Amino acid sequence: MAVSREDLLHVASLARLALDEEAVPRLVRELNGILEHMDVLRKVDTSGVTGAAGVGDAGMPLREDGGAPYPLAHPREAFAPEMRDGFFIVPRLATHEDATESVE
Amino acid sequence: MIGPLDPRDVPSSAIDAVADAFERMADVKAGREGLNLILWTDRVRAADAARSCQRDIDAGREGGVLAGVPYVAKDNIATTELPTSCGSRMLENYVSAFEATAITRLRNAGAILVGKSNCDEFAMGSSTEYSAFGPARNPHDPARVPGGSSGGSAGAVAADIVPFALGSETGGSVRQPAAFCGVVGVKPTYGRVSRYGLVAFASSLDQIGVFGKTVHDAAIVMEVIAGLDPHDATTADAPVPRYRDAEERGLEGMVIGRPKEYFPPSLDPRIAALCDRALALMRAQGATVREISLPTTDLAIPVYYIVAPAEASSNLARFDGARYGLRVRGGTLRDMYDRTRSAGFGPEVTRRILLGTYVLSAGYYDAYYKKAQEVRALIAAEFRRTFASGVDLIFTPTTPSVAFRHGAKSDPYEMYLNDIFTVTANLAGIPGISVPIGRLDGLPVGGQLMAAHFDEMAMFRGAYALEGALGAEAHR
Repeated sequence: MAVSREDLLHVASLARLALDEEAVPRLVRELNGILEHMDVLRKVDTSGVTGAAGVGDAGMPLREDGGAPYPLAHPREAFAPEMRDGFFIVPRLATHEDATESVE
Repeated sequence: MIGPLDPRDVPSSAIDAVADAFERMADVKAGREGLNLILWTDRVRAADAARSCQRDIDAGREGGVLAGVPYVAKDNIATTELPTSCGSRMLENYVSAFEATAITRLRNAGAILVGKSNCDEFAMGSSTEYSAFGPARNPHDPARVPGGSSGGSAGAVAADIVPFALGSETGGSVRQPAAFCGVVGVKPTYGRVSRYGLVAFASSLDQIGVFGKTVHDAAIVMEVIAGLDPHDATTADAPVPRYRDAEERGLEGMVIGRPKEYFPPSLDPRIAALCDRALALMRAQGATVREISLPTTDLAIPVYYIVAPAEASSNLARFDGARYGLRVRGGTLRDMYDRTRSAGFGPEVTRRILLGTYVLSAGYYDAYYKKAQEVRALIAAEFRRTFASGVDLIFTPTTPSVAFRHGAKSDPYEMYLNDIFTVTANLAGIPGISVPIGRLDGLPVGGQLMAAHFDEMAMFRGAYALEGALGAEAHR
């Protein structure tokens, strides 16, 4: 199951990463180099395994669907880039992928 | 061994203790131009905290078990006093609006935060060479790495800047640098210590861990930070024992397993010899050593490097320019995401996000991610069976080598193999500790003790006994 250049570009797109063109051959090589070591897992008989590993086997009790408030050390205004009327101001962005420039 | 944190031996003055920590940072050149162990400090704020602590001590008020003791925390643990950059351009100068539960508990116990320590970017690495703020250096030999990803914390304790430090573990990031730097490193059971405020890397594996100059120091800090936290639903509602009591209990009657897979023919015979000497010392104190086998050991690195990058690719999706840290503007929302993430993440983080996205993507999920999760279950079951068969502790080398030189591991998978003896505990969720067991060519060697889920007490019994038997040799 070798990773091709197209696979890498597809995965980079899914991961929202814009790769430099010159980095692509190196990344293809590195990913294939890493994944060849993973092939050993295919030979392992896991037919008796039901479900994924649960690291919380010893704990993880059910609890109320609520919880304590999350205490903030500073008021929101202190760490928000910008606020108005109790709302965070975020950069204005075009909502369509084919739009060109955002307008501030 | 009585460490400096013993309540009978608290610093005579909190003000002096904190001032000494900063002086030591300057003496050993712990900043960017030197060992590059410490990324962020605020001397004025730390001195204020020390004065306040000293006023309480002078007034006879109960100051807490760590009153006036300075410490550093890895830069992926949220603090409101200092930045939490995770060693990444993505979060450079980012200051959290809330702090980690472990930090709150340490403050309530009187400890004083004096710095945030260098680490591999988002804790991904085994050498602290992947920090966006430059590589950290090993205090024993600056040409060598301190290990990673919590290399700055390990180095800060080794360089006598602080008696203890916080780090974090996903695949060995406390135990491995502890071994490379000649200090004690604890990875608690998954669920023992709150992850609230620990920037997520791989949530099913991550735990905050502790570095100490001595086993005793690490035991006290563990008592302070362990326990149920309403802010982390994965913390266990289990009582936290007084780990210090492990010192008195000794090793009589304990069974220590020596797994043959952790002593392969390729292991440096001198490391194997130091491990066997450590086992002989524990046997002399009443423990029984049993040869055991953990046949799934070879599968741990492949499993880990599927599961951890998969979880990382999901966790790190939040760094998109809209919410935290770096923002690189683009014409469209998608442009902003792509530009921000490409500019903010370094090469190893990028590699792991790509790998994690690949193993989760359609067509590959079953072959890689699902299969890895199933094999992980086999690894965990093997540990459970071993402990259920009467083995109290498993003893192994912490690392297959001593600290290596900067730039020595250029191949990503070769770097991953550093974690070969430590990732198993993370995959199984069990606790582990690395204790210095001697030197090789002047560089520290660590021995690892692993125990059953929530049996940190057994782990500390072994560690105290080993440290006591080795005496001064256990420490630099």
